[in-house]
Amino acid sequence: MTTAVRVDHLSKRYKIGAAQTKFRYGMFRDVLVDVAMTPVRIVRSIQGKNMRGTGATSFIWALDDVSFDVEEGRVLGIVGRNGAGKSTLLKVLSRVTEPTKGTVTVRGRVGSLLEVGTGFHPELTGRENIYLNGAILGMKRTEIDRKFDEIVDFSEVSQFIDTPVKRYSSGMYLRLAFAVAAHLEPEILVVDEVLAVGDAEFQKKCLGKMGDVAQQGRTVLFVSHNMSAILRLTQEAIVLKKGQLIKRAPSQEAVDFYLASGQAETGERIWEADEIPASAAPFKPVALRLKDQRGKIVDTVRSTEPVTLEWEYQLDMPITGLRVGMYLSTMRGEYVFTAFDTDDAKHFEQFSARKAGRYISRCVVPADFFNEGRYSLGVNASSFGVRRYFMDENALSFNVDISGAPGTHWPEMRQGPVRPRLEWKIEKVD
Amino acid sequence: MTEITKHQPETIYIKPSSGLAALNLRDLWIYRELVFFMIWRDIKVRYKQTLLGAAWAVIQPVLTMLVFNFVFGTVAKVPTEGIPYPIFSYTALLPWGLFTAALNTASRSLTSNTNMVTKIYFPRLVLPLASVLGGLVDFAIAFVILIVMMIYYKVTPTAAIWTLPLFLILTIVTALGVALWLSAINVQYRDVNYVLPFLTQFWLFLTPVAYSAKVISAKWQIVYSLNPMAGVVNGFRWALLGTNTGPNLNMAVSIAISLTFLISGLFYFRSMERTFADTI
Repeated sequence: MTTAVRVDHLSKRYKIGAAQTKFRYGMFRDVLVDVAMTPVRIVRSIQGKNMRGTGATSFIWALDDVSFDVEEGRVLGIVGRNGAGKSTLLKVLSRVTEPTKGTVTVRGRVGSLLEVGTGFHPELTGRENIYLNGAILGMKRTEIDRKFDEIVDFSEVSQFIDTPVKRYSSGMYLRLAFAVAAHLEPEILVVDEVLAVGDAEFQKKCLGKMGDVAQQGRTVLFVSHNMSAILRLTQEAIVLKKGQLIKRAPSQEAVDFYLASGQAETGERIWEADEIPASAAPFKPVALRLKDQRGKIVDTVRSTEPVTLEWEYQLDMPITGLRVGMYLSTMRGEYVFTAFDTDDAKHFEQFSARKAGRYISRCVVPADFFNEGRYSLGVNASSFGVRRYFMDENALSFNVDISGAPGTHWPEMRQGPVRPRLEWKIEKVD
Repeated sequence: MTEITKHQPETIYIKPSSGLAALNLRDLWIYRELVFFMIWRDIKVRYKQTLLGAAWAVIQPVLTMLVFNFVFGTVAKVPTEGIPYPIFSYTALLPWGLFTAALNTASRSLTSNTNMVTKIYFPRLVLPLASVLGGLVDFAIAFVILIVMMIYYKVTPTAAIWTLPLFLILTIVTALGVALWLSAINVQYRDVNYVLPFLTQFWLFLTPVAYSAKVISAKWQIVYSLNPMAGVVNGFRWALLGTNTGPNLNMAVSIAISLTFLISGLFYFRSMERTFADTI
C-alpha cells in the first residue's frame, strides 16, 4: 500500500490578542483611544511587535505536533469538538495556510469540499460559474467540458443553467456549487461538514458521492460532528483535542472514546479552569446547557417543543450592571437573535447589582421557533458601556429536528432560520 | 486503484517556508487558465447593471480630455510641440487610465476575494495579475477613439509605431509592480484603500499627462524620469505622435525603475503570501 497523506509533527500557531478587540461594542471612546494610540501602533509595528495596542500578543497552537498517515483508498474520520484543530488541519492539507512546524506529504491533488461555491459570482450564469469555479478548483478547461453535462445533471438545475446565480434559491446555489466540487475527482478528498446544509435528499446524494469516491480507490478525510455518519462512512478515525491527536483507532473504538471522554457535543458545555481567560475575573462561566421540557439535557432539539437555555456562572465579587446574554446564530454565521437576562425592565432594576455567588440565567425558547438545521449558541457577560467580562461566540452547537413542524408534509427545505407556526386564515372573498 | 494510477499523481510537500521565497513561476504557469478565467469574469461583470455599459471605457478618458483641453489647452495654453491639445492629452490618458484602473483593482484584488484566499490553494499572484490584464479591454475600446481622433486631426503615426506594444507592456509592468506591493500590504493594513486615491492623484501631477515632459528643465529631467510613468507617457507620445520624447537615457531610467518595482514586488508578494490566509 502506498501512503496518500503523511502528516509529520505538524504544528500551526495562530496569533491571538487581536481578537480581543474584534467584538468590542463600537464605542466612541474606543475610537478616540484608537486615534490617540496611532503613533504607538506605528512604532510597534515597525519594531515588529503586536499591531494592536492591547497588551502582549499571545499565541495559540491550533495544531500541536500532530502525526499520522493515511493509506491510499482509505476513508479517515476526524472528530473533535469546535476549536480542536480539525479545520486548521484541513486548511494545511489543502495548502491554504502554511504550517508553523512539521511537514505534510500529499500524493496527488487535494480537493476539498470546504470550498463549495468559492469564487461563484452572482452576476454570472450557472454555466459560466461552472467554468469559473472549476478553474478556481484547479480543473482544466477540457476537463470541465468533458464533465459539464454530468455536473449539470447532478446539480438538478439544468433548467436554470443560463440564469444568473443571483436568481437561484440558496438550495439551487448550493447544489450547483457542490456538483462542481464533487466532480473535481481529486486523488484526496477532504470533506468538512458541508453536509449540515441542504435538504435530506441532497445530503444523501452527497454522502453517496463520497462513498463513490472511496470506492474508486481515492482517499477521503471526513470531518463531522455526526457520529453515525462517521461510523457509516469511515473505517478509521482520529480524535483531536486542543490541537493534539489523542486517539487513532478503528472508527467504532474512536467514536466510543470520543463520546466517553466527554468532549462530544452533549447539549452541555462545561468550562474548565484553563479555558477561562484571566481577563474574565471576577466573572467565571461554569456551564451552558440545553434542556428539553422534561428538564433533560439534549443535543438535538425538537422544533415542536420549547427548549430551555441555561447558563450557570460564578461571581467571585459583586458586579454592578451585569447583563448575561445569549447569541443564537446559524452555522453560516447569520444571527438569529441576541437576548440578555435583564432585557426586561423589572429584572433590570432588580438585578442592577449582583452579589458574589453562583447564578443561573435561564430562558425558554418557545415551541415552533427553530427551522431545521444546525445552530450555534454564543454567550456574553458584560456591563453595558463599561466592560465585557466574558464572551464565547460559539459555546455550544446543536441540531434541530423538525418532525411535526408546520409544512413538513412537503419534503422540501424551508428558507430562513425560524419556522413559526403562524395562524393562517383562508377566506373566499367573491 | 488502477483507475487513478493511469497518470502518476504528483507528490506535494507542504512545509513552512523561510527566508526569501522562491518565485515559483512554474506554479503560475500551471494555473494560467485561472488567470484567463479571472480576467474573463472581471470583464463580464464589470459593466453589469449599468446603463451605459462599456461606453464608460470611452466616457472616462474623453471627459478627462475635454476638461484638460479647457484648463491646460485653452486657458493655460501649455506647449504641445505643435500637436493639437486634445490628441496630445488623450494619447497620454490612455496608458494613464490603464495604469490607475489596474492599480485600483489589483491593489484590492486580494481583499475583495477573501473567500478564495482563505479557502483554496492557488498561486495568489493570479489575482493581481488578472486584475491588471483585465484593464486591457477598456484600453482597447478607448484606443478606437484615438484612431478616430488621429484621422480627424490628420495625424499620421510615426515609423516608430511598432514600439507601441512595448510601451504597453511597460505600462503593465509598472502597474503590476506597484500593485503587487500595494495588494500585499493591503492584506494586513487596509490603509492602502485610503492611500490609493491620493496616490493616483499626486502621481498624475508628476506624470506628463496634461503637459509635456519638455517643460521640465534639462537638469531635472533625470530626477523626473524616476517616475516610471513618465517613461511610459513619453514613449506613447513618441510612438504615436512623433514628439521629441523618444528613447534616451531618461527613458532607460524609467524602465529600470519599472523593472525594479516588478521584481521587488514579486519577491515581497511571494514572501508575504504565506501569511495571507491567516491575516486577511
